Amino acid sequence: MHLDHGHSHHGAVSADAHRPDGTRRALRIGLGGPVGSGKTATVAALCRQLRDTLSLAVVTNDIYTREDAEFLLREAVLPPERIRAVETGACPHTAIRDDISANLEAVEELEDAVGPLDLILVESGGDNLTATFSKGLVDAQVFVIDVAGGDDIPRKGGPGVTTADLLVVNKTDLAPHVGSDLGRMARDAAEQRGELPVAFTSLRSAEGVGPVAEWVRERLAAWTAAPAPTA
Amino acid sequence: MARLTTRSALLVLADGRFPAGGHAHSGGAEAAVKAGRIRDAADLEAFCLGRLHTVGLTAAGLAAAAALGLDPYELDAAADARTPSPALRTAARRLGRQLMRAARAAWPDPELDALAAAFPGGAHQPVVLGAAARAAGLGPEDAAHCAAYETVGGPATAVVRLLGLDPYRATAVLARLAPVMDEVAARAATAAHGGVDALPAASAPLLDITAEQHAAWPVRLFAS
Ligand SMILES: Nc1nc2c(ncn2[C@@H]2O[C@H](COP(=O)(O)OP(=O)(O)OP(=O)(O)O)[C@@H](O)[C@H]2O)c(=O)[nH]1
Ligand SMILES: [Mg+2]
Repeated sequence: MHLDHGHSHHGAVSADAHRPDGTRRALRIGLGGPVGSGKTATVAALCRQLRDTLSLAVVTNDIYTREDAEFLLREAVLPPERIRAVETGACPHTAIRDDISANLEAVEELEDAVGPLDLILVESGGDNLTATFSKGLVDAQVFVIDVAGGDDIPRKGGPGVTTADLLVVNKTDLAPHVGSDLGRMARDAAEQRGELPVAFTSLRSAEGVGPVAEWVRERLAAWTAAPAPTA
Repeated sequence: MARLTTRSALLVLADGRFPAGGHAHSGGAEAAVKAGRIRDAADLEAFCLGRLHTVGLTAAGLAAAAALGLDPYELDAAADARTPSPALRTAARRLGRQLMRAARAAWPDPELDALAAAFPGGAHQPVVLGAAARAAGLGPEDAAHCAAYETVGGPATAVVRLLGLDPYRATAVLARLAPVMDEVAARAATAAHGGVDALPAASAPLLDITAEQHAAWPVRLFAS
């Protein structure tokens, strides 16, 4: 038996902005940051806030369980077919940076299964301050830290804090209890990041994830407004 | 067009940095560690030796045959027949698809495009590996070496992570097994010249059984 040659682009390599049928694919936003900083809580809150106006899906990268995916399912922030879990072999940063193949499969399968989608959120497994997403996987990334991890984290910098498209400093409600100086965190972050934005959030408060949702909407507007497919 | 065999292309394909998804798989090592069958470097060596002579030989045969240009549909069916565990079949197809993505980026080739189109859900990883080797200008022996090396390289890395095994000792295990890898690769490549029906069909029942159990664990570090 002989295979036909060269008529398909199925599974196009890397982060092509278009789907095999020529339409524009969903915007992909990565959320990374240290363990327990509030990545899943941010994803859940974003889903609740955006799901009525946007077509959304989520990929989680749990380190050794399916807890993040199961939390999102339990909270019913999205229908189950819009949530996929990727397994990372004890190495969360490898799956979002050095070998992104499993995550690319997951985002493409989601678009095939429940698309068209406007936005896919990819949550990294909790990692350290050097973990960043590959540009081959996401179009923009959010780095989530919290005030309880120490108010010197913005000063310490590292690729996540310094280069993420949005830095989120979460759990501001805890600042008085852990003695974190929010003003100092803001100044240090500005020093490390220059013009790049920083959002202070408390997912326990009324404003909650609002500033992050606002930023996501802006990114999406820019993505949709970008020039149409040429080829 | 004549294809020149290049040793360096083999290094690129066999490199652990080749982004084809292998890092999330332990080749059965996670289940063996949990069961207490791998506790140190000697256990790892025995485990790897067993893999080489069973699933390693089988994978190397399939990869060599694909590199020779044998019919991929027949090879994929042969791989299915040699993979009784549904969990391992799923893993092999998933890894095949992930490898395909990396291979097409590295060595754009109409045969790879056609194979990807024919198996949208992924062909078995060794079949894709052989096709990738072919696209890279490599031969059946090269593909078989690559498959044999992957058979033990994955578990060795996984055991370093799972047990905190001294990485020098893990690497020394691989180095000691190098002659066996050569031998397995040579046997596989020779068999591949005999056609699909002559391909090795060695298997390791315990790996199949523990793969099924592992797939049902609620908490695990590796996908297989
Ligand atoms: N007080 C307070 N707690 C929060 C806030 N955001 C999240 N949490 C809590 O912090 C804990 C960890 O939140 P997650 O969203 O699971 O954190 P994560 O970053 O996804 O964690 P990993 O995926 O394990 O790295 C949970 O108990 C949340 O309820 C916040 O703004 N304030
Ligand atoms: Mg989480």
